[in-house]
Amino acid sequence: MNYQVEFHDVNVSYGSDIALRNINLQIPKNEIFGIIGPANAGKTTFLKAINRTLEFIHNAKTEGDILFDGTNVKTIRNVYELRRKVGVVFPLPVGLPMSIFENVAYAPRRSGIHDKQELEELVERCLQQAMLWDEVKDRLHMLGTKLSGGQQQRLTIARALSHSPDVLCLDEFSIAIDPVTTMKIEDVLSELKDEMTIILVTNLVQQARRLADQTAFFNKSELVEYGPTEKLFTSPDNQLTYDYVTGDFG
Amino acid sequence: MSESSPTTGQGFSLRRGIEKVIDFTEPAVVGLIHLCGWSAIIFVMAIFFFVFKESLPAITGLEEGAVHGEVEQLDLVEFTTSPKWIPESAKKPTFGILALMVGTLSVTILSMVIAVPLGLGAAVYVSEFAKGKPREILKVLIELLAAIPSVVWGFIGLVVLNPMLVDMTGEPVGLNILNAGIVLALMSVPIIVSVSEDALRAVPDSFREAGIALGANRWEMVYKVLFPAAKNGLLAAVLLGIGRGIGETMAVLMCTGHSVMMPTSIFDPVRTLTATIAAELGEAVRGDMHYHTLFLIGVVLFVFAFIINLTADLIVKGIKVQGNE
Repeated sequence: MNYQVEFHDVNVSYGSDIALRNINLQIPKNEIFGIIGPANAGKTTFLKAINRTLEFIHNAKTEGDILFDGTNVKTIRNVYELRRKVGVVFPLPVGLPMSIFENVAYAPRRSGIHDKQELEELVERCLQQAMLWDEVKDRLHMLGTKLSGGQQQRLTIARALSHSPDVLCLDEFSIAIDPVTTMKIEDVLSELKDEMTIILVTNLVQQARRLADQTAFFNKSELVEYGPTEKLFTSPDNQLTYDYVTGDFG
Repeated sequence: MSESSPTTGQGFSLRRGIEKVIDFTEPAVVGLIHLCGWSAIIFVMAIFFFVFKESLPAITGLEEGAVHGEVEQLDLVEFTTSPKWIPESAKKPTFGILALMVGTLSVTILSMVIAVPLGLGAAVYVSEFAKGKPREILKVLIELLAAIPSVVWGFIGLVVLNPMLVDMTGEPVGLNILNAGIVLALMSVPIIVSVSEDALRAVPDSFREAGIALGANRWEMVYKVLFPAAKNGLLAAVLLGIGRGIGETMAVLMCTGHSVMMPTSIFDPVRTLTATIAAELGEAVRGDMHYHTLFLIGVVLFVFAFIINLTADLIVKGIKVQGNE
């Protein structure tokens, strides 16, 4: 089996706070990998460890080996290229202070695409995949920060798709988006997994059940268990998991 | 119930009495707060009124008439276009402030050319790159720099920078535009740093994360994400710097050389509008043309300040309009 992301005995701590404890898991290519768990379980830290953005938190310390496409991320020299291979959608929508078009065209242009027509096509495709195209096609040169919260969130999805990442990390992408649009984006995600691996962190347990091929349950900095989504939801090995997915948690 | 109700009733009425007093003073407190707010406007208006009133006779002509062959009414064209400032001449006093305006502008522009990149760079370093101890030490030092009195800066320009410039440029005297520009730049850097650092800090971390996750390196993140996001604050920082440059008096009085001439290079001495007022107002005869003209220079400084603020407003609005299209 060819894995996109592998964690081997990974520990992450912020000063004396442990954020991830002894994580071991493998995420296969071209799957949707769901991550569920209560707040403060280490889900976002998990994502940040993959593209090494943890390095920007000054007291963060990572131990163990994280393999990205078979390469240990610690040994990667060009960390910017690694980050371009990982598209991230953050829970709070962040339209960067440039035009809508520039928001999406920024990363492709950085990786060497300068042909105007090619860029325009790419921007349109990404915005369509993020279900935003129809709403903004007439005002692509408006500032991205002027969009509404839900629109900005979809803009970040388009932006994450713009550099054709190998892995798309979605950190609670549907918080600011209405249910109808959420369902449409979920359809797009199911199609996208032919092209990339998707890691879906979500508070909506049912969203993971609908979309994910495998699901992992994190609790209190630890990986409780992970496996095929149906198994996790119907007959998990751990009682905690069962309580969480059935809503009896806490 | 019936026994306890009178006591509670009494306590209730006492409390109500206090509440009544508070209710009664409420309008007074509100009025006081309004007054505090309006006082700023009143002070500005009062200053403007006074300066304008004192400068008016220069334009309309002196009431008592010329004392001993003095100029009776100021020629406004000469005032704004003549580089000759000879107010105390016994033969023919001339009141031209062109050289003074050029002096103020050249010193201010030079100081901004030095201070803006330096200040913004320092702010980016302090807010984005420095960590822990160095960051804290830097912040304290920069605040300390802001607290140095301007006469000390003037002293540094006069005693330290002056001989250095003589050595380096070979000019006979080191008191010139360059000297004043450097001193003014050093004076405005702390303001620019602290205001723009606040503006950069106010940009949420999620912007930084988003920029970095797109594969931007840190400089690109600063340049492409932070600067546009913090542009209003950064503009305010630069304008405060310019304001300081135009308004600064003591340091430029000591460092420019204080001689009225049209400069042809940055190694020429100049005189500024503010330094002229400071140096001459105490000696001018109250009520004569020289006295009123100095107040007219004050009005010119007002106009400068007004133009700067208006430009800033228009720039900020321009950015907004562009964003709405």
